[in-house]
Amino acid sequence: MADIANLRTNAETGLSKLFETARASFATEEKIAREEAFKFFEATGLPSRRVEAFKYTDLRAAITDAAPPAETPSAEIARSASEAAKGFSGIEAVRLTFVNGHLIEALSDLARVPAGVSVRTLSAALSAGDPLLKSLAPVAQARENPVYQLNAAFMADGALISVEAGAKVETPLHLRFVGTGGNAFSTATRVLVALAEGAELTVLESHEGPDGVAYQPNDALDVTIADGAAFRHTRLNAEGDAAIALSTLSARLGAASHIETVNLVTGAVLSRHQLYLHFAGEEATAVVNGAAMLGHGRLADSTLLADHAAVGGVSREMFKTVIDGDSTGVFQGKIIVRQVAQQTDGKMKSDCLLLSDEGQMMNKPELEIFADDVACGHGATCGAPDEELLFYLRARGLPKAEAESLLVQAFVGEAIEAVTHEDARAALIGTIEAWLKARH
Amino acid sequence: MLEIKNLVVQIEDNRILNGLDLTVKDGEVAAIMGPNGSGKSTLSYVIAGKEDYEVLDGEILLDGENLLEMDPDARAAAGVFLAFQYPLEIPGVGTMTFLKACLNAQRRARGEDELSTPDFMRAVNGAADKLEINKEMLKRALNVGFSGGEKKRMEILQMALLQPKFCVLDETDSGLDIDALRIVSEGVNALRAQGRSFLVITHYQRLLNHIVPDTVHVMSKGRIVKTGGKELALELEASGYAEYRTSEAA
Repeated sequence: MADIANLRTNAETGLSKLFETARASFATEEKIAREEAFKFFEATGLPSRRVEAFKYTDLRAAITDAAPPAETPSAEIARSASEAAKGFSGIEAVRLTFVNGHLIEALSDLARVPAGVSVRTLSAALSAGDPLLKSLAPVAQARENPVYQLNAAFMADGALISVEAGAKVETPLHLRFVGTGGNAFSTATRVLVALAEGAELTVLESHEGPDGVAYQPNDALDVTIADGAAFRHTRLNAEGDAAIALSTLSARLGAASHIETVNLVTGAVLSRHQLYLHFAGEEATAVVNGAAMLGHGRLADSTLLADHAAVGGVSREMFKTVIDGDSTGVFQGKIIVRQVAQQTDGKMKSDCLLLSDEGQMMNKPELEIFADDVACGHGATCGAPDEELLFYLRARGLPKAEAESLLVQAFVGEAIEAVTHEDARAALIGTIEAWLKARH
Repeated sequence: MLEIKNLVVQIEDNRILNGLDLTVKDGEVAAIMGPNGSGKSTLSYVIAGKEDYEVLDGEILLDGENLLEMDPDARAAAGVFLAFQYPLEIPGVGTMTFLKACLNAQRRARGEDELSTPDFMRAVNGAADKLEINKEMLKRALNVGFSGGEKKRMEILQMALLQPKFCVLDETDSGLDIDALRIVSEGVNALRAQGRSFLVITHYQRLLNHIVPDTVHVMSKGRIVKTGGKELALELEASGYAEYRTSEAA
């Protein structure tokens, strides 16, 4: 290992320098945790394809330079970037706007947070030693992940959102992440959501940024869902076409709690969305879906770990990848069922629709089952649009492109249907339609 | 209306149609009967424009326009409709979405305005009532979980909505019980009109009791070998296809 550590890439050396510069500004309390995180990262470095979890997404090769952390933008720049962001913009919501990874209070609805909800900025929480910080990094396995640890070392801003016991919040919270600028930059945000017993919250999360700029967002969302609480989450990755977008969602599920998370990827040249779910309480349920629309040499990776550690958990994972041109889709999904987690019901599926001859899809489903009374399954499919269906549609008058689009929409739609929030679902469908229109 | 001249078609080096000639006049209901493997379904697919088939010779003219030079969707817009023997299930595509997309695509192709949503709903609901298709079916994904009879009724609903000029019914009676056969036949009969012709492909005379044809053609080995009136169907029902199989062998 020592030999490998010596052969550091330009990007890794750059990251070390950037961390060295940044650490001067950290408060003592947080300094230790950040240093530990960065030490962890330095020991592994940027993961290459030799690391099993990054076999298909070689970050060591993809990230050639360490982009400098973005400064807080001026009010004017922040306003115009925010105005240009369209993701979920038509939906009635309480917005937290992050521009280049910094929470812009003037563009956020901090004053009209719904009853039962409290929102603090991460920077304020860090300097005040907020007790909620103990809910950071709620899933152990995530702490062994270099992308997540890199975020932990560099996280510059974010929010702590807590919902009181029993509060059923109707208005969704929209975390709007917008990138702006002409040169490469990096961002690291951390949002922590803690739902007390029986609370319910819907979070919309959108990511947008400039085309042609190799910016590097690394965003993490830590969610703690207490007994009987429900967290619904709709995420849109519409990053610029040269972005390398890394993200992690880690969630700890209490007894009879529920998580619904649906991620649609239409942006970034390379994206990796990591999901860590820990079923800590009995009879927790999870719906974890993803859809990626890929073209033009892009890669989208969805990597999922569902760790069932209590009786009667139910997880449903459905991932849909549409591949056009010479793009690559990656799905890695692992369901762990611990010995105590009897009567776990887990179903995982990854389907890919190939619209070109040059594209590729990598599927790696895994089951690790230590309990004997469980129902778990996984499946993966890959194929071109069905010729018979295309003919049927064309025989009814739909031109070829329109018929193909309808089939693609139907294919992806199955994963999107799980979004409970009607307007969010419609917004994702609209994004898919726009992608299909741009394709022809 | 439709004129097929010397149509020669093969699929993967198998010759299926061997110089088929057929004329269907305006307003006419023509039935094609014939033994298994005589090329009936191939004929329906070639009229609709399925790409798996290689047309080696001949032409198919609809009101003088050569269909063979047109894509399947252009043929549909020109008025060709194929009611499939096995209508396909399309998961994720809502029946109403599908119907509206097809109708408007055809209207656009013909340079007509798209139908407004209220007009569209009126047209669908009117047609659905006649075919005893309930509203719940229309809310589901196209043909998904439908019974055989429901799928065939959905084909006729599409026909009623799209108002084609030339309708090909490929074994529409297969898989239908007596009630469904009656409903489907009534649906077809209601569409019989000047300016619209039908080619009804079937194995059995039973369907032709309900949809009474003007002409009956017997097809064997990729050609029309006999043509007559509706009584020819009754003769076939009595004598079977043995005669035509022999003539094939000869």
